Amino acid sequence: MKNKIRPLVAALALTPLLATAALPQYAPVTDIRLANPEPQNWLSYRGNYASWGYSSLKQINTQNVAKLKLAWAYSTGMTEGHQSPPIVNNGYMYITTPNNQVIAFEAATGKELWRYKKTIPEELQQLHPTNRGVALYGNKLYLATTDATLVALDAVTGKELWKTAVADWKKGYYMTLAPLAAKGKIMVGSSGGEYGIRGFVAAFDAETGKEAWRTHTVAGPGEPGGDTWPADTYKRGGGSVWITGSYDPDTNLAYWGVGNAGPWMPDTRAGDNLYANSTIALDVDTGKLKGYHQYHWNDGWDWDEVSAPLLIDVERNGKKIKSLVHAGRNGYLWLLERTNSKINFVDAWPYVTQNVFKSIDPKTGRPTYDPARTPGTGKTVNFCPSLWGGKDWPPEAYNPGTGLLYIPANNNLCSELTGEPAKYNAGELYIGVSIDNILTNVRMDDKARKHVGEVQAWDIKTGKKVWTHTYPEMNWGPLLTTGGNLVFGGGTNDRKFRAFDATNGKLLWEFPTNSGVTGVPSTFEIDGEQFVAVQSGWGVDAQRMQGAFDAVLPHKTVVPQGGVLMVFKLEQ
Amino acid sequence: MKTDSSCCNCSKPKDPGRRSALKICTGALLGLAAASAHRTHAGEISDARPEIGDFLVRTDAEGGTQPLTISDLAVGDKPILAFPLEPASGAIKSGSRLNKVIVFRVQPEEIDEDMRRNSVEGIVAYSAVCTHQGCDITNYVPKDNALICFCHFSQFKPTHGGEVIGGPAPRRLPVLPLKAENGRLVVAGKFSSKPGATAG
Repeated sequence: MKNKIRPLVAALALTPLLATAALPQYAPVTDIRLANPEPQNWLSYRGNYASWGYSSLKQINTQNVAKLKLAWAYSTGMTEGHQSPPIVNNGYMYITTPNNQVIAFEAATGKELWRYKKTIPEELQQLHPTNRGVALYGNKLYLATTDATLVALDAVTGKELWKTAVADWKKGYYMTLAPLAAKGKIMVGSSGGEYGIRGFVAAFDAETGKEAWRTHTVAGPGEPGGDTWPADTYKRGGGSVWITGSYDPDTNLAYWGVGNAGPWMPDTRAGDNLYANSTIALDVDTGKLKGYHQYHWNDGWDWDEVSAPLLIDVERNGKKIKSLVHAGRNGYLWLLERTNSKINFVDAWPYVTQNVFKSIDPKTGRPTYDPARTPGTGKTVNFCPSLWGGKDWPPEAYNPGTGLLYIPANNNLCSELTGEPAKYNAGELYIGVSIDNILTNVRMDDKARKHVGEVQAWDIKTGKKVWTHTYPEMNWGPLLTTGGNLVFGGGTNDRKFRAFDATNGKLLWEFPTNSGVTGVPSTFEIDGEQFVAVQSGWGVDAQRMQGAFDAVLPHKTVVPQGGVLMVFKLEQ
Repeated sequence: MKTDSSCCNCSKPKDPGRRSALKICTGALLGLAAASAHRTHAGEISDARPEIGDFLVRTDAEGGTQPLTISDLAVGDKPILAFPLEPASGAIKSGSRLNKVIVFRVQPEEIDEDMRRNSVEGIVAYSAVCTHQGCDITNYVPKDNALICFCHFSQFKPTHGGEVIGGPAPRRLPVLPLKAENGRLVVAGKFSSKPGATAG
């Protein structure tokens, strides 16, 4: 007996040392690596600067994905929306969770390396208690917090290196996005469109945290576009930026999506309201605006166009286009051309039921609206898609192998809103629709009661939809696609995380997780073994939409909350 | 210590940008006694939690205002958002949003026995800050007898001590006990529990 125990004790004693020794020295994250990320790593929010959500790894593929098993899991200790991708750099993994927490792991084993939690002010209200991930740069990592602070940590030890106050949380500014790192700068934007903020993108020196530039997304007097806001409405005009931008290293331009104009009722701010509901191109060195495309003017539907466009080289009608592709919250799929000086409209078409746009100008892409579908103060209108749009923030994915774009969509869903006057009080909700109305805004016809959530696959070259997978209710699942010809995503209220054949949409694998999956999935490889990782943790807008469904459907659905990081690999 | 009971700026909150609308001339309006020699600085008072004897005033008051009275609230009216007011100094305790309360009136017979002791003729007051993530609670839905938080749909039952009846909130909404003096609503006790989000 004694002899049997001794080797076991020795092995246990050695385990931590072996685990630590298994981690190589931290590999600094450089511009070159971010521009050409190694397949075995997942270095940024969407895996590359083009925002593809793609990895060329193919050990896990259509032939064997059915054998995917849980390798390790970790409870984050938090409820609410767990949305950040597990970001991996040579064996080190980082996730963020609600309440401004960063947890570092040994990616292969799940061993916790350190945990950081930003203390937030007692009085802070968190409309969106979530976080969408860290940025890695050099030997540091960067976190944007709900009290509007940018924090730099030592990526190896988790030690706090500096904190910079980005904006005033007391006035409703808060941050939930993963920062964008490029050329020595860390770029962020701010949420707060429902609190009457004035949106911006700002860049900070990666070493010191000193502000380098700040460009407002809502044009002020004397600025180009400033005449699209009456009187002083620009001061509270929204235009929040809460999803990480894309970046083109060739032109040094970052492409950011800009949220809706505020307050919601368009008659309170007559004009186009530039640059709300747009994609803007910013020079990373100076912050200078180098181009924009406004998807729809004078928004009245809460259609944030905040998802950054994907940078894809597309051949269209025999011509090669360096494109920007965006599945709009307004229900249209947009194809634009990017140059070093401007953004050109190419094409757009509806990918979900849309009854607001009457036409699209073929040259400029500017839509005309059906007035009966355009909200206003004292007016009740019904419109489709719903205020959460054809696609909210959950990102699309692009697979260069299939040439297809994958969209996590919500189809057939409509809203009914009644506009009312909004009064601005700093730090308080500034919307212009009653809370009761927002809670019960959803309208569902027979089609919607049949299905809402979809995963769609589109051939951008031809403009044709190749396959659709439908869900009975909503889809809030960010997508990942791989060289194994797979598409991964969750997003449904049945708690499942799934894998589809990227070519034909066939469901190949699914796993019932602890909660609903609204996390961004990622994949990585360590010592020749591929892993797929995702956080499960239902909350924020997915939960809000569930509440609105519960208000109109004969049944109520309870999705349990509580975050768990899940890491899968093939069964040996 | 300044004891100017007729001063219109003596209750200026610490953050003038946020609460500049809440300047009052309460001392003059009410003819209240001057602050005692040991009175805390008005700025500190504005951060202090409600105490027994405080009045309530609307948060959206412009210029001078008066404490809420029983007749200001009728069954079926929209709730009023209010801050406590210290009668002695005339200071409105608006320095912390954790002092914000939601006040409204229901049929007295709907209120359970425990809560009835903390209410006045069907008028109840609760912390207006959700115990989940600290968002403002501004809505009462009579048909569901529920106070509802917009942020994450937490629901509380105001006739039954603010118990949680839906959503993610982990604990009751704190009650601010009320009594009446000369028709005015007066704070009758401290918050029943700490107002604000529960640490996550």
